[in-house]
Amino acid sequence: MPAVLVDSGVPVTRRTPLFDLHQKLGARMVDFGGWDMPLQYGSQIAEHHAVRRGAGVFDVSHMCVVDLKGARVRTFLQTLLANDVGKLKTPGKALYGCMLNETGGVIDDLIVYFLTDSWFRAVVNAGTRDKDLEWIRRHAAQLGIEVIERTDLSMLAVQGPEARAKAASLLSPSGSTSALALEPFFGREIDGWFVARTGYTGEDGFEMMLPATEVERVWRALNSAGVTSCGLGARDTLRLEAGMNLYGSDMDESTHPFESALGWTVTLDPPGRAFIGREALEAIRARGPQRKLVGLLLTDRGVLRAHQRVLVSDAGSGEITSGTFSPTLEHSIALARVPVAAGASVQVDIRGKLHDASVVRPPFVRHGKALVS
Amino acid sequence: MSNVPSDLKYTKSHEWVRALPDGTVEVGITDHAQHALGDLVFVEVPEARRKLAAGEPFAVVESVKAASDVYSPIAGEVTEGNPALAAQPEVINSDAYGQGWLMRLRPSGAVPALMTAAEYQKLVAEEGG
Repeated sequence: MPAVLVDSGVPVTRRTPLFDLHQKLGARMVDFGGWDMPLQYGSQIAEHHAVRRGAGVFDVSHMCVVDLKGARVRTFLQTLLANDVGKLKTPGKALYGCMLNETGGVIDDLIVYFLTDSWFRAVVNAGTRDKDLEWIRRHAAQLGIEVIERTDLSMLAVQGPEARAKAASLLSPSGSTSALALEPFFGREIDGWFVARTGYTGEDGFEMMLPATEVERVWRALNSAGVTSCGLGARDTLRLEAGMNLYGSDMDESTHPFESALGWTVTLDPPGRAFIGREALEAIRARGPQRKLVGLLLTDRGVLRAHQRVLVSDAGSGEITSGTFSPTLEHSIALARVPVAAGASVQVDIRGKLHDASVVRPPFVRHGKALVS
Repeated sequence: MSNVPSDLKYTKSHEWVRALPDGTVEVGITDHAQHALGDLVFVEVPEARRKLAAGEPFAVVESVKAASDVYSPIAGEVTEGNPALAAQPEVINSDAYGQGWLMRLRPSGAVPALMTAAEYQKLVAEEGG
């Protein structure tokens, strides 16, 4: 959906095709990356538990689906991304990775699906959509790659232990069989939809791209099948429990993957693959990164929040990048960027008082189970 | 439409005040405020004997989304912070005007003018609640 401009040239918030339905369902709307999105429909905690214990549906149509087509599309993505799409051998397989600038800063994190030798599909964040498209187009032109924004598609994330079965019940019998046969991190075209076994909650489920004209009917059918409408509030607590980064909070253009717990997405082999940002990352790796992104678990009562200061004994200080109350653990959790010397515990300044927090390795929760205590 | 009991007084910052028979007052946040905050997960209430000026922050209520200060509508000395909220902050969501009270206070000096239920209802309506 293009930016909606009023006469003054000031952009107003964008809306997904489900905007009217969200309002009918009583959602409280909030601005997210320039989009008017549902924060919650009722209790945010109830929505969170619905995904951990049953199934929930999120409108993620604000995210941008981009098809990349051309004979040299694989070569293009091997230059554009720090992770190597050369790993993708089977059609439908997805890869998560970062698009970096020349200094190794993260322009965005994204998922790419390998569809055919001349067709990949990327999903990029809503808040970075415009700069991403400009960056992608600028580099794509040199290799003759076609960049097609799929504004005709809406995207739903159906997540939770019961999500796949409930979502598959909306498909034809053969479509349902195909969807349920998808391996994790694979997607394919089924009954005219693109169904992928991916997500951002730490639970099993699907992300489904479907024609915008069908999405309201599908949302209602999911509700009728017992799938709870969930807003971005629950999406944030779920992804944080799952230890997944949020672009713009946990990393951005001023931070590199090695200090963002994203080193696993950087593929330096083969050494000859000259992706954008490679030289900078090799220099950082040779020097050794100064900071790291870790998980924090607050032992006291209280709630960790972004930008609170983290004190590391004898090693200076860091900062919380995302913090919340974890409905599953019933304690506060956070991601924090701290000096590499940080050990097993730190202190967090909450409104002028220091509180002890343990340093843990995310995820905090996976498939409904607490992994830290 | 928000629940606004007629026997209480209110502030523009969404606190309610109940006069108790012993001359102290009970203070909490309104139903409109709890609804706007969402699920409450942490509440910090004041210690007894703390002296408060009118308009001074005396409690912090945190929902999943954010932390908010709560302001004392009246100057005075705290007689009690609600001890039940440490374990069950969610009672503010379910019973904002009853078990969700935050503190009891013995007023000192002149009691400032507070809003009536009708005036507060109008304020909430103007704020789109």
